Formats: sequence, structure tokens, C-alpha cells
Amino acid sequence: MSRLPVRKTYKLFIGGEFPRSESGRTYEAEGQNVARASRKDVRDAVRAARGAFGKWSAMTAYNRGQVLYRIAEMMEARRAEFAELCSGPKEVERSIDRVVWYAGWADKLAQVLGSSNPVAGPYFNFTVPEPTGVVGILAPPEPALAGLVSRVAPAIVGGNAAVVVASEMRPLAAVELAEVLATADVPGGVVNILTGGREELAPVLASHMDVNALDVSGADGEVPELERLAAENVKRVVHGAPDDQSPWEIAGFLELKTVWHPIGV
Amino acid sequence: MTELERKQDRAPIPSGWEYATAPESREIVHLRERYGLFVGGEWLEPKETYATIDPSSEEPLAQVGQATEEEVGLAVSAAREAFEDGWSELPGSERAKYLFRIARILQERSREFAVLESLNGGKPIRESRDVDVPLSAAHFFYYAGWADKLEYAFPNRKPEPLGVAGQIIPWNFPLLMLAWKIAPALAAGNTVVLKPAETTPLSALLFCDVLRQAELPPGVVNIVTGDGRAGAALVKAEVDKVAFTGSTEVGKAIQRELAGTNKKLTLELGGKAANVIFDDAALDQAVEGIVNGIYFNQGHVCCAGSRLLVQESIYEPVISKLKRRLQTLRVGDPLDKNTDVGAINSRQQLDKIEELVRSGEEEGAEIYQPPCRLPEKGYWFVPTVFTNVAQSYRIAQEEIFGPVLSVLTFRTPEEAVEKANNTPYGLSAGVWTEKGSRILSMAQKLRAGVIWANTYNRFDPTSPFGGYKESGFGREGGLHGLEPYLKFE
Repeated sequence: MSRLPVRKTYKLFIGGEFPRSESGRTYEAEGQNVARASRKDVRDAVRAARGAFGKWSAMTAYNRGQVLYRIAEMMEARRAEFAELCSGPKEVERSIDRVVWYAGWADKLAQVLGSSNPVAGPYFNFTVPEPTGVVGILAPPEPALAGLVSRVAPAIVGGNAAVVVASEMRPLAAVELAEVLATADVPGGVVNILTGGREELAPVLASHMDVNALDVSGADGEVPELERLAAENVKRVVHGAPDDQSPWEIAGFLELKTVWHPIGV
Repeated sequence: MTELERKQDRAPIPSGWEYATAPESREIVHLRERYGLFVGGEWLEPKETYATIDPSSEEPLAQVGQATEEEVGLAVSAAREAFEDGWSELPGSERAKYLFRIARILQERSREFAVLESLNGGKPIRESRDVDVPLSAAHFFYYAGWADKLEYAFPNRKPEPLGVAGQIIPWNFPLLMLAWKIAPALAAGNTVVLKPAETTPLSALLFCDVLRQAELPPGVVNIVTGDGRAGAALVKAEVDKVAFTGSTEVGKAIQRELAGTNKKLTLELGGKAANVIFDDAALDQAVEGIVNGIYFNQGHVCCAGSRLLVQESIYEPVISKLKRRLQTLRVGDPLDKNTDVGAINSRQQLDKIEELVRSGEEEGAEIYQPPCRLPEKGYWFVPTVFTNVAQSYRIAQEEIFGPVLSVLTFRTPEEAVEKANNTPYGLSAGVWTEKGSRILSMAQKLRAGVIWANTYNRFDPTSPFGGYKESGFGREGGLHGLEPYLKFE
């Protein structure tokens, strides 16, 4: 008699843990019951992200780079599983390589995006990039894995914490990625992943007053309304590439801070 | 404090100090009775006009246009035509030369601009002469040099102009904000329609004469005057980019209005900056920094250090030195070269300041105002310090945009950071300490776009400026100030 496989329960990823939706709801996607997050889950995820932001952004860039590289290592170990959940091995390889690529950016951003400014006076003046804070990401519906990675990696490599609404129809790759993140030395709360109805969750994220930026690169249809909601606390609205890589994708989630100090003896 | 310092601090300020007046002559400024809208290189006769005044005397200076939606549309069409008819194809090196010309003409006519700026805005002539006008010229000079070097600014990207930029500026630094807006926009190859603030249109209108002298092609810069209705029309018009400096409330409305359009947006909004003084700071310098931080330009500064955070152990000496220094501030005629604090920009702004100051007293803060003789006509407000302020008070939360300082205290650096960051704004912050490692640590932890350490309210064209959080997004100044005016493949 063949062995009966042990199935997985597909849950949310909030603050480094895997809770069910506080609403007790699920929906069926890709043949599985997947947690259907509520507005309360969004708020919990934002709180977890805010809590994690301080520590994550204060880590050295070298450290953050290593954590991202560790994500790639853990993904590599799950290549077969990921391939089942997206368009196949090519997409998995592209996604892993992209994480490695972004890992290397952590300690180069300040050199490429920052500046030393020759002001006309006896002052030392420099500009450095800093993370904007908590970033809400609406993952592209497709490609299921590469889309998600293409938006999350540039957001976190610069020191932001993210709350991600996964692809509604293809959420399993996101849950798989959550399991990777949980074992990749990413501090709990740095990435939070919610599955569920986009129409229900996106406006809550867009209007949340403790979210600093909203990535609509993967949003579909409802973008103007989300942008309107985002204005409530002057969120940075990011229109990026759903499946590409560039340091300018990171820059969209960064602030620039300029520091002055007099020069004298 | 040493014994000598204590003695100096106790010494009475002579009450009989009389200054001879040192007025700057108005002769150099030749105002017209009536100004049109500057559209396509010509003066367009406006359908409606209103009087712009001198806030220090309430006397009308000239009639200026209140641009209608249709007139704003004409300006945008003129800008579009100029963009398509050559400006966008002009080699960067040629654009650069126009900008260099503008910088030089501003320098040559600096006295005229300084006097006009003080006349129409109420700011002390010393400030217009030494800060606003020279910085405006410097801004054009700086961005002029970028016009033919854009490809070096953004590695691996092909920068291209956006098209027509609609720009709306505030009344606190009318000419300087014009320079901050127009210089990078033109350097990047755009054409612009700029709307000066309702109360301070005159330096922008005089700037049109600079453009004539520079022989800038018609339509590359268009100036439409008027109140918020003209601004709203500009935001809705067929522009490719909106740049706004002003209140957070209006900024949010603009962001909402532009939702779902592909217009690029930058916002430079309000602030409620903390100026943090540690117990090891050089106190006399710090007090000068506090005064410069909040009373510069009558406190009409979005990055003003309006919340003073003093370490408890030095609260007494800081407050006594500060009060003493306040007694020596000279409030009055903006055109007098001795004036430190000029006129409040408008009746409306004065009302707002008075309302917030009343709320401070009602909520329980202790008010200090030095003895001060104010002119009878015009809009004035005595430099004010509030002590005994709780974080929840409106004067600690809301932007007053006037010469009003709220003092709070802290014990540890952690508490200072917590309190400094406890605001929806994040434009600027100040830190005063002689300890280098503490400066760098504070500079890292303060969530604001500009950190002044052992100085305050410094500006430079090479230095990016702009906010975190609800103070807006996008940077003005420096290499980073080009990005808002470019698109990339």
C-alpha cells in the first residue's frame, strides 16, 4: 500500500511566524486551500514590519547582503519545489540569480547613489541613501516567483521592511518563498506575505498611515484609486519593472539624506 | 559656565541703544502699475487682476493677473510648442549657455532683485541681499553646467526630458524657489510654466525681463500669476510633470489629483523640525543656531527649527541665553539693513500664527516675548518662545510657519531621537554637540532629509534638499535634483 502524503497548510507569513488568517477564512487557489487574509491581518503585518524596520535598517550593509545571499542559498535548495509552482526551472534560476545580484548591491548603493557635495562654504556635506521605511508591495500576478522576487529583493536590500500581497491566483510560490525567508536569517517581520483577495487587501495597504511607500508595479486595474489612497500620508508610489533588475529599482524605495557640518579648527 | 560668562549673561542689555536707521533705497526698483501674464515670451493681458502689496505697510505695489483656467492653458500650449519647436533638440551645451547667461544677469541685477524681494515679501534686505538672490544666481550657474553632462549623472541610463513642467512655488523665498524649480527643469531640457505665490509675484515677473535679456527662446519659461485657482488649473493642465513646494495639505490634494495620470510629481511640503541641543554643545554657538533656525525669514521656512529639544541639564542656561538674545533682535522695516526680523508675509499668515500662539497659551505653555516696538501698519509678530510645552500641544505638532519656537526637554540621546522623530513630517533636523561620534549617530537616527550638525538653515545648489514622510518626496539641488525632470528608457 502506497504511503499517504502529508499535505501542507498554506498560511500567512507575519513577523516571522506562520499564522492562519485571524478571520479564519481560506480560498482555493492552484488546487489548495490558501489563507484569505483580512484587513486586520494587513494591520498586523504592518505592525510587524514597523517593528522589524529599526533592526534591519541598522544592520551593516555587508550583513544585509549576506542575508540576501542566504535567501538565494535556501532557494537553491528548493529549486524543484519552486519549479512546480511557477513557469519552470528557467524562472526559478532567474529568480535565484536575481537575489544574488541584489545581495551584491547592499554595500554599493551608498557609493553609486550617494554623493559628496562641494558646497560654497566651509562645510562638509554629503548625501546618503536611506530606506524609506515600511513598503507595501502588490506582487505581480505573473510570473508567480520571478515577479515576487523582482519586487521584494530591491525593497529589502536597501533596508526597508515589506508587507507583500501575493498574486491572488498564483499564491503558492509566495508561501514557498515565505518558508525560505523563515530559514534564511531574515529577521522576523522584515518580509511579511499575505495571501487573499487583492481587491480586499490592496486598498487597506494603500491607505495605511504607517506605510511609507506603495509598490504598484504588480497592481492590476485599480491603480488610480490606490494612488489616491496613498496620498493620505504622502506615500511614495513606485512604478517599477515586474520582472527585471536594476539599482534604480532599489532607488525607488530609498530616501536621500543630506548632512552638513562646519569645517574649522 | 565660567564666572565671566555668568557675569556677561547677567549684564543688562542697555535699553537706550538707539540705532540710526539704515534704509536701502527703493529707487532701483521700477514697478509697473500693472503686469500681465508672461506667455510665449509676450505679456498677455489678463482678464482679471488683483493688487499685490508690501506687507510691511499694506500699500499696494502693482496690479497683477489672476490667471484663469483658459489663460493657464495658453501658457501650457506655449510651453509645449517651445518644447517641440527646438528647445528639446537644442544641444545641451547651448541650453547651458542660456542658463549661464541667466545666472550672470541675476548677479548683475542683484540689488534690484534684493530690494524687490524685500518690498513684496517683507523679508529683511540683509537676507534677500546675502541669501536669496546670490543663492538663486548660484543655482542657475550650477545647473547650467549639468545641461550638457546629463549622461554622466545617471550611469547606464539614457536621460531624456519629460516635456512641459508645471511648477508651483511658495511665498517664503519667491526668487530662490523659482530658481530651484526652473534651473534643473531647463537644464534637463524641459520647458516650464511657473506659478508664483499669490502674495509674492513681483520677483518672478521681474525675472521675465532677465529672460528677455538672456534672449531665451519664447515659451521656454512662462509665468502665470494668481491664487490657488491658477495653481489647480496648472496641475490639471496638459503638463508632463508637476513640482510643488508648499503646505502638506495642498501637496496631498495634488497627489490625489494626479493619481492614475502618468504625470511625474515632486512635493516639497511642510516640516516641524527638531533642533537638538546636547549638554556638551558650544552653548553660545548653539543659541545663535537656534535663533537662526527659527527666526530666520520670520520663521517662514519649511525647514525651520521650530521644536527646540534641550537636554535637561542645560535647560536653564540655554533658555536664559536665548531670552537674552531675543531682546537684541531688531524687528521692523524690511528695507533697513539693521533689521533681523521683517514683516509677516500676509494678513492670512499672521492670523494663522496668532491662532496657533493662542492655542499654545490655552493648552498651558508658558510664553515669552521680548519687549518690542512694532510699526503701526503692516503685519508683524514678535519673536516668541514657548516653554513648558508638551508633545501633544498643537504648537509642538503643527507647522506654525512663523517666528515661534516651542521648547521641549530630554534626558538621553534615545529620548531625543524618539521625540525628534515623533511627527508626521521629516524635512530637516538639527543637532548640537561637540562629540563627533554622537553627531554621526544622531545624523543616522533622525528621520529627515536634511541634517544640520552644529549649524542650521544652510543651503547650496550642490546640496540635495527634500523630505521624508509627509514632508514630501523628490530632491531639489545637487545631482539628485535632476532626476525629477528626466525620464529614462
